[in-house]
Amino acid sequence: MNDPPILRTENLGKRFGPFVALRGITAEFRAGALTAIIGPNGAGKSTYFNLLSGALAPSEGRILFEGRDITGTPQHRFAHLGIAKSFQITTVFPQLPALENVRVAAQARVARYDIWRPRARLHDLLAEAETLLDTVGLARHRDRPASTLAHGEQRALEIAMALAVRPRLLLLDEPTAGMSPEETRSMMELIVRLAAARTVILVEHKMRLVMGISDRILVLHHGELLAQGTPDDIRRNDTVRRVYLGQREH
Amino acid sequence: MARADLMAAAARHRAALAAAALLVFPLLMPFKAIAVNILVQGLFAVGFNLLYGYLGLLSFGHAALLGSGAYACGIVLVRFGWPWWAALAAGPLGGMAIAAAIGALAIRTRGIYFAMVTLALAQCLYFIAYQATGWTGGENGLRGVNIAAIRLAGLRIDLVDPLHRYYFVAVFVIAALFALSRILASPFGAVMEAVRENEARARACGYDIRTTRWLAFVLSGGFCGLAGALQAIHLGIVPVETLYYTTSGLVVMMTLLGGAGTFFGPFIGAGLFGMLEELVSLWTVHWQLVVGVVFVACVLFFPRGVWGTLLAGRGR
Repeated sequence: MNDPPILRTENLGKRFGPFVALRGITAEFRAGALTAIIGPNGAGKSTYFNLLSGALAPSEGRILFEGRDITGTPQHRFAHLGIAKSFQITTVFPQLPALENVRVAAQARVARYDIWRPRARLHDLLAEAETLLDTVGLARHRDRPASTLAHGEQRALEIAMALAVRPRLLLLDEPTAGMSPEETRSMMELIVRLAAARTVILVEHKMRLVMGISDRILVLHHGELLAQGTPDDIRRNDTVRRVYLGQREH
Repeated sequence: MARADLMAAAARHRAALAAAALLVFPLLMPFKAIAVNILVQGLFAVGFNLLYGYLGLLSFGHAALLGSGAYACGIVLVRFGWPWWAALAAGPLGGMAIAAAIGALAIRTRGIYFAMVTLALAQCLYFIAYQATGWTGGENGLRGVNIAAIRLAGLRIDLVDPLHRYYFVAVFVIAALFALSRILASPFGAVMEAVRENEARARACGYDIRTTRWLAFVLSGGFCGLAGALQAIHLGIVPVETLYYTTSGLVVMMTLLGGAGTFFGPFIGAGLFGMLEELVSLWTVHWQLVVGVVFVACVLFFPRGVWGTLLAGRGR
């Protein structure tokens, strides 16, 4: 592959006081690929995710998005750059209807400080929000407040909101956390569908979920990059087997 | 028409309905001067509610925004002899300018710290006004903020007459309500809701939380500044207590009493407060005690406020 990577981290590290959460992560993410970041609890997955999504500033190293250094960019600018994320803990606007959740997410691209135009006049956003709700299978719940949706539906709603940013890079932090097996299955199907049209980076605790669908896998362990490669590479990697596969899965 | 449809229609025409209520109010109200008070305090609470009710940001320094509007209007009228309409315009501009400055410092903090920083900055302004006697009249207040009569298109509006004064003030309050309704229905209104609902998600969508809060604070300053200017004209004086922290506490109480986050609640709160003060003080000098008990009972048993509770009862 000679395509330039969409995202690259160089020697990325994060310390919380004396505690080193992440150290020296140099990795590349190919455009168009579905990459999973896996590792046991406390491996630094979430820290790495939070650095990639701008929620945390790195203590050292650089992050390059489409060849551009975005280290230290304020979080809200990430959406404008074309990077969207879903949170590990469901994060929606609970009292707003599902449709308005997505509409207001899409609105961030075009009208952030407009205090005068009626928002109803932004028809395109409404149509776009309806399409996105349909994509994640929530069209029939468009008028229900987000807080009244089932857990799995709220997670799907969050993904529709992330898509409303029109991201070139979609970051998902344990999108199936707390889901029933059924909900998990439909979420994984959704992710595969989304990954067909854009770059997706996925943090996942449960390794078996991502083995079948990922193009590439990064394995973190004790805050360091243990291995990276195709799912087959990872399956054959002895070190990975020792630290990860040997464990009971949750 | 189903009840929900009726509620939706009422919500769409909230500014017009509020205007109608305010226009009828003095005809039902025996004390006209108190009616003007309620109108002005209601607008003040509307400005506060924009920030607290719709964005979820609790300021304890809103006296600064009311006071700067009142002084801006009074000073240009008394010291510079500007015409009344220019002085009235100076109110919201003064409120917005002070809000821009206080907001720029305060939005860096959140929660109780935001309340404390706004309180401290407002107290600074109070002491400045207290000392700058040449401009503000110090503790005697700024006197002589009088507009006797206004001639407009052949109409003579006599501001000494309480009913004339009421409708003069009401014109500006109603204009402000239409502006507020428009702001709430704008894309920025949606952003305020989103930020109130979930900051982390709003940020991830691409909204800058600080700028959003700052802009809402400045807008709030515009409404409070207008309320200040109208109050100055209504009372004919700007007492220095306008800037005192008790004024900030009062607006919090009125808004909570009426119903934070509702369109008309602030007027209900101001009305209840004004009436309670007036009626209870007829039979006891300890009227504040009674008002305090009513307020505590309200917060405990009607956390949505009087108007919010009524709306919730009808809407569901």
